[in-house]
Amino acid sequence: MIMAGSVIVIGAGSAGMEVSGVLARSGVSVTLIEKTANTGGHVKNWHHLFPDHRDGADVVSYMGVRAGHKLVNILTGTEIRELSRKGGKFHATTEGGSELTGDAVVVATGFDLFDCSRKEEYGYGIYDNVHTSAELEEMFRAGRLTTASGKEPEKIGFVHCVGSRDEKVGNLYCSKLCCVTAVKQAIEVRKKLPRSKVFCFYMDMRMGGASYEELYREAQEEWGISFIRGKVSEAGEMIDHRIQVKVEDTLVGRPLKLELDMLFLMAGMEMSEAGARISRIAGLKTGENRFLLASDNHYGSNRGNVEGIFYAGSCTAPMNITETISHARAAATEVIDYLNGINLK
Amino acid sequence: MNRFGFSLSKGRQINYDTNDRSAAEYVIAGEPSLLACIECGGCASTCTSGNFTSFSLRQLNILLKRGENDSLRDELRKCMLCGKCTLVCPRGVNTRNVILLAMEAFNKSQDYAV
Ligand code: SF4
Ligand code: SF4
Ligand code: SF4
Repeated sequence: MIMAGSVIVIGAGSAGMEVSGVLARSGVSVTLIEKTANTGGHVKNWHHLFPDHRDGADVVSYMGVRAGHKLVNILTGTEIRELSRKGGKFHATTEGGSELTGDAVVVATGFDLFDCSRKEEYGYGIYDNVHTSAELEEMFRAGRLTTASGKEPEKIGFVHCVGSRDEKVGNLYCSKLCCVTAVKQAIEVRKKLPRSKVFCFYMDMRMGGASYEELYREAQEEWGISFIRGKVSEAGEMIDHRIQVKVEDTLVGRPLKLELDMLFLMAGMEMSEAGARISRIAGLKTGENRFLLASDNHYGSNRGNVEGIFYAGSCTAPMNITETISHARAAATEVIDYLNGINLK
Repeated sequence: MNRFGFSLSKGRQINYDTNDRSAAEYVIAGEPSLLACIECGGCASTCTSGNFTSFSLRQLNILLKRGENDSLRDELRKCMLCGKCTLVCPRGVNTRNVILLAMEAFNKSQDYAV
């Protein structure tokens, strides 16, 4: 069926682009708003993706094709200031003062990476050789993985759960993707620097996705990566700018210290600032984890508490790309039902 | 018998049926946050005492919960109550209070071995 109707989609990452494309192919006019200068969200910053090390650019170009429809009008560098509903229509005002209208709204504002400098004890932003997982992707992309002084690193560590599962930063939840990201990145480091030794410090290995456990095993068997069970309590800088980590090797039951050339912090996922703003403007309920609250845990994950406003992707919970794309497609079917006047709660 | 390596020594198994968990129950009643411990070892890693002695608060937590109370009374004496462990605990366990209550439990009852 060819639909009439128009939808405002907020956020042009993988969720926003996918939902826009599906809606457009059903005949719905879409205004896709993106606050940054470019579409593609976080994926475009990722060099390679788990579990198969494929090029992140593949997914970005896929998203471009999916959302590249004449009914999708993409507005980059645009943010919403006001959003209200009058006479069954949503009216949005952008920061620049333009007015947009839509019969429905899809929030696809995604996540922000945890700001690792908030865990001061790990020294991010203080020590030269402490970086985030996202920065490691940039290094891979640039093809240059060296210490701050330009040397090839020999010992490299990954700290899991930075900004997740941590009451001290107010994030009780697990970000779900950082364990497998650490495993993926650890393997990539070993491939790039065959002489290196790589250590992952974890509290639990959460390998719940397709092929994750297999990747973990590959990391052990083929790449000799050491997995040490313990939460790193602190990292300190040595006089030669190497990093010393302190951890309890809980399986041995003794404290352990280790000097590393580089330390990477697996930054967790948080509700994005943009999403938090929309939730305030539009009165959308959020959960204890600050992500948008679903109307129902089992069948309402694309809906919240305001009729006509739908959710797609990791604005509702940490999700990988596969899940984000599926969630976005599901959001599109919910929107189409809604535009057809079908409201099965 | 010795051919099979059997002896009359006490088994190594944790006997969860017979172990006395009343010390753990006492501590948990006064400090329920102990229930949230995930044995990550953050506390033991940062502990000044643990870097020089066998003391590990993480280990103490789990032994207490399992009712493996032998040795705990002596272990507890190694804590200096500095509270560093409380600062790092990702699960918000009030570790210092756990230690104080455990000391109290062991002082109240001489039943807990050693
Ligand atoms: S996925 Fe792993 S590293 Fe990430 S928060 Fe969960 S347990 Fe921690
Ligand atoms: S309070 Fe006791 S257990 Fe905690 S860090 Fe200090 S000495 Fe260690
Ligand atoms: S830091 Fe907290 S959660 Fe971790 S072992 Fe110690 S008490 Fe348990």
